[in-house]
Amino acid sequence: MSTLVIAEHDNSALKGATLNTVAAAQAMGADVDILVAGADCAAVGDAAAAIPGIGKVLVADNAAYEHQLAENVSLLIAEVGAHYDNIIAPATANCKNFMPRVAALLDVAQISEITSVESADTFQRPIYAGNVIATVQSADAKKVITVRTTAYDAVPAEGGSASVEAIGAVHDAGISAFVGEEVAVSDRPELTSASVVVSGGRGMQNGENFKLLDGIADKLGAAIGASRAAVDAGFVPNDMQVGQTGKIVAPDLYIAVGISGAIQHLAGMKDSKVIVAINKDEDAPIFQVADYGLVADLFDALPELEAKL
Amino acid sequence: MKVLVAVKRVVDYNVKVRAKADGSDVDLNNVKMSINPFCEIAVEEAVRLKEAGTATEVIAVSVGDKSCQEQIRTALALGADRGIQVETDGNVEPLVVAKLLKGVCDKEQPQLVILGKQSIDGDNNQTGQMLGALANMGQGTFASEVVIDGDKVNVTREIDGGLQTVRLNLPAVVTTDLRLNEPRYASLPNIMKAKKKPLDVYSPEDLGVTVTSHISQVKVEPPAERQAGIKVEDVDLLVDQLKNEAKVIS
Repeated sequence: MSTLVIAEHDNSALKGATLNTVAAAQAMGADVDILVAGADCAAVGDAAAAIPGIGKVLVADNAAYEHQLAENVSLLIAEVGAHYDNIIAPATANCKNFMPRVAALLDVAQISEITSVESADTFQRPIYAGNVIATVQSADAKKVITVRTTAYDAVPAEGGSASVEAIGAVHDAGISAFVGEEVAVSDRPELTSASVVVSGGRGMQNGENFKLLDGIADKLGAAIGASRAAVDAGFVPNDMQVGQTGKIVAPDLYIAVGISGAIQHLAGMKDSKVIVAINKDEDAPIFQVADYGLVADLFDALPELEAKL
Repeated sequence: MKVLVAVKRVVDYNVKVRAKADGSDVDLNNVKMSINPFCEIAVEEAVRLKEAGTATEVIAVSVGDKSCQEQIRTALALGADRGIQVETDGNVEPLVVAKLLKGVCDKEQPQLVILGKQSIDGDNNQTGQMLGALANMGQGTFASEVVIDGDKVNVTREIDGGLQTVRLNLPAVVTTDLRLNEPRYASLPNIMKAKKKPLDVYSPEDLGVTVTSHISQVKVEPPAERQAGIKVEDVDLLVDQLKNEAKVIS
């Protein structure tokens, strides 16, 4: 049995989500190869080859794949993946965009956001915002799968020396084009891979007050997140949203400030190792999942916490 | 320009769903059903395109048993012109829904198909992309802005870390994210008017599609419960616990 892992990258660096996905691929018990599709992405191919236990790394380096346009990349993956039993990718915004296209091209189902491999054809995945865990069995000979990366510990990034092969296939569907990108530049760690996350909710009252989280995040090396309520109220941009429809995080420490704890928010963070909740409403549902709850006005507690860290 | 918008009947987003005690399925007895929130955003976007004079007709389509006509009527009350139900025996898999929608596209030839990015029951996030592949249409998933520009559409998408804009040939598929718009409420007169709008029913055979099943649900169960922890009196105790008990900060 063989598995093809689709690498998550930005053409210059391999993203950590790939390492979690390799862990899931290895749990399936098959030989694992990695496909890197991009432009001027040789460094990514080399980084993928350094992951221990990889058979080979396939690099498709062409302008058609530079921005990972789903229309183009899906054609490539369907062609390369034809030789594999499993095609598996992290459930990032990028891979969620093109993987269902791959599945449809191959006329198979996709199994989204698996959290556990039970056997070669049986998997667990959360449904209903994580309120229910479903065990599903695939009847397809070829499986297209995305992985919830927080469910798997990353494999080591160094120590392997897989061979790297260039793939010549060029697929340009010619029906879509990249126009531009606005990516927030920040010195902070990425939300989904940070070991500490500090999130603010509606209780922050406005965007200006999110600065109160900055000092704490600086001291802890944390990423800053937000609840949907805070995003919808316009306090902060939507890429900071943690929850069912936003980002799924599972850091070592999650500090929820002024967040009541709607189920949609809990779905995005309840697998965190340690959860701290700071909220002045002692009945807030967030306290039901928090390891440490502090009932306090956040405008008093945050400056004090920053000073004492 | 004709716009097709897909809507799904799902458990209302305020309902906390539980697994049945025997683990056979989720318990949906006497549970309030609604239009999937992302689909509601899709309907709103289509109706706004019509109000702006860009779209000439908005068709709401749903796949499911007869009960999903309720959600089609909701879409009609929000401003869609007519409805199509593709009659299936309950829920079918995203790949099959995509094939059925492809069949409807072949009949109706819409220039734009708008869907929710995911439904809040299965959380699959697949159907729009699959339709794009089957119909060889470009896709703008997780859209936060949709601008028609002649025979192209510019879609701004929510991606990890920010926003990306793509330009697609029409016809194209768009899937909605939460911030695309804020759906209106249907007024009572519009709800009444919606009852008289045309609603056609097709079978999968009418569309040349065989309903297949690729995935079976073995069991469902509740997630591992987190134990509620302790309340700490003040910030000093909190810092002390994090340092010495949880050992997550130093």
